Amino acid sequence: MTRRVAIVGVGISKFGELWEKNLRDITLEAGMYAIFDSQVSGKDIDAVCIGNMSAGRFTGQEHLGALAVDMGGLGHIPSYSVEAACASGGAAVRQAYMSILSGEHKVMLVLGCEKMSDVSQTEAMNTIGVASDWEWEGLFGATFPALYAFMARRHMHEYGTTEEQLAKVAVKNHANAVHNPWAQFQKAVSLDTVMTSGLLADPIRVLHSSPVSDGAAGLVMCSEDIAKKFTDTPVYIEASTQASDTLALHDRRDICTMDAVVISARDALKEIGATVDDIDVFELHDSFTISEITLTEDIGLCKKGEGGKILDEGLTQIGGKYPVNTSGGLKARGHPIGATGVAQVVELVLQLRGDAEKRQVDGAEKAMAVNIGGTGATSIVHVLGR
Amino acid sequence: MYSIVGNHCTTCGTYYFPPRPVCPECRRKGHLEEHKFKGLGKVHTFAIVRQAPDDFKRQVPYIIAQVELDEGARLTAQIVNCDIDAVEIGMRVRACFRKITEFGPEGIIVYGYKFEPTMKVTGHK
Ligand SMILES: [Zn+2]
Repeated sequence: MTRRVAIVGVGISKFGELWEKNLRDITLEAGMYAIFDSQVSGKDIDAVCIGNMSAGRFTGQEHLGALAVDMGGLGHIPSYSVEAACASGGAAVRQAYMSILSGEHKVMLVLGCEKMSDVSQTEAMNTIGVASDWEWEGLFGATFPALYAFMARRHMHEYGTTEEQLAKVAVKNHANAVHNPWAQFQKAVSLDTVMTSGLLADPIRVLHSSPVSDGAAGLVMCSEDIAKKFTDTPVYIEASTQASDTLALHDRRDICTMDAVVISARDALKEIGATVDDIDVFELHDSFTISEITLTEDIGLCKKGEGGKILDEGLTQIGGKYPVNTSGGLKARGHPIGATGVAQVVELVLQLRGDAEKRQVDGAEKAMAVNIGGTGATSIVHVLGR
Repeated sequence: MYSIVGNHCTTCGTYYFPPRPVCPECRRKGHLEEHKFKGLGKVHTFAIVRQAPDDFKRQVPYIIAQVELDEGARLTAQIVNCDIDAVEIGMRVRACFRKITEFGPEGIIVYGYKFEPTMKVTGHK
């Protein structure tokens, strides 16, 4: 049996505060782009999978699978909605991957979407907060930034990671986003601006945090044997893995390590018989600057505690040994929760096709996306190859 | 959640809080007994919350911490009777009974545990 699934089309909406558009508009936009990009016709698509965290709370609309099929004019094909907090998009990609590998579906449209700006900042914060352990963390006043501040503070305490290193993640990712036309912030920020931005939960500042965003992303995926029918440049999913950890951060073995990421990344590399050095470009879930530092350690780009150091050395910049978040990441491309995991894959497909323009990593052949949910209770890893 | 009652697995010796239905180490072989924690521990990590949801807005800025209990489990709670500049990793704390928040539009009052520095309040070490 083939172990690969092809991605034959990608689409993405502009990310940002899209006041003039609703959830349907942006999701349809991303889906249509993906379909046009792939040259599939509507009747080739035999199922839809959509990742979303909380459209019910953000926009008052659920049942997004049927909505997507309806708006896309795709007839009576089955649809699946997938939720895994901030990893909902990655979960949708993985769901489609498994459906195609199983032989049940041949060509699928995968979507991820979230419209977060229609509610107040406080309501958005409450809605995001339920991705942690509501009963034992949120109820006691632990906000989402506070939970990431727990990790940052402990990382600083154990490994000497500095506030400046946290800030450098934001500076790097904003610099990358300047060249990404779909990014929410196509704007560089200085170290000083990040380090003096307002505090959300010390030591986490506004510019250490991904923004509230609207956006959607889409993929057309199919089985390997028919991929060339739709495109000359298919990109293949070589590995798709997932792992879980405790919902509450206080129950973790070590709050500076996301075991679910360690396990899912290791499994993905093992599946294709590769090491992390074989990967040319990475999209790592930087919902807060500390999570990019932690993830670089957890997938093995450096030893535990050295995530700040490799940043100082420029290893994770475009042109460095391990380019991370060429798209701008969640930090600067934006983080419409359910769309993020799909958007990571969109960026990596562009990189592997050589279509990433000014943010292109030369000769990229293999890429890895790590999409996490909550504070790392879900981790979904995809390795893509040409 | 008024008193810190979790459980203790007599098979592997691990203490759990909040209580769990199954010991993740021993699974079906585990034997869980109810355990009331002494409520003494130390700050494992912390944050100063400056932007909070509505239910907590009036308390801002406040200290939220992960406390490591002496028996071994960790939990998330506010630290009170302590300046936001005075809290540090490793600081000894003890549980105290407090109002946590008024919850939702009906204003249901939630009580539970917060922690306070031991030295200052009781002379405990
Ligand atoms: Zn046990």
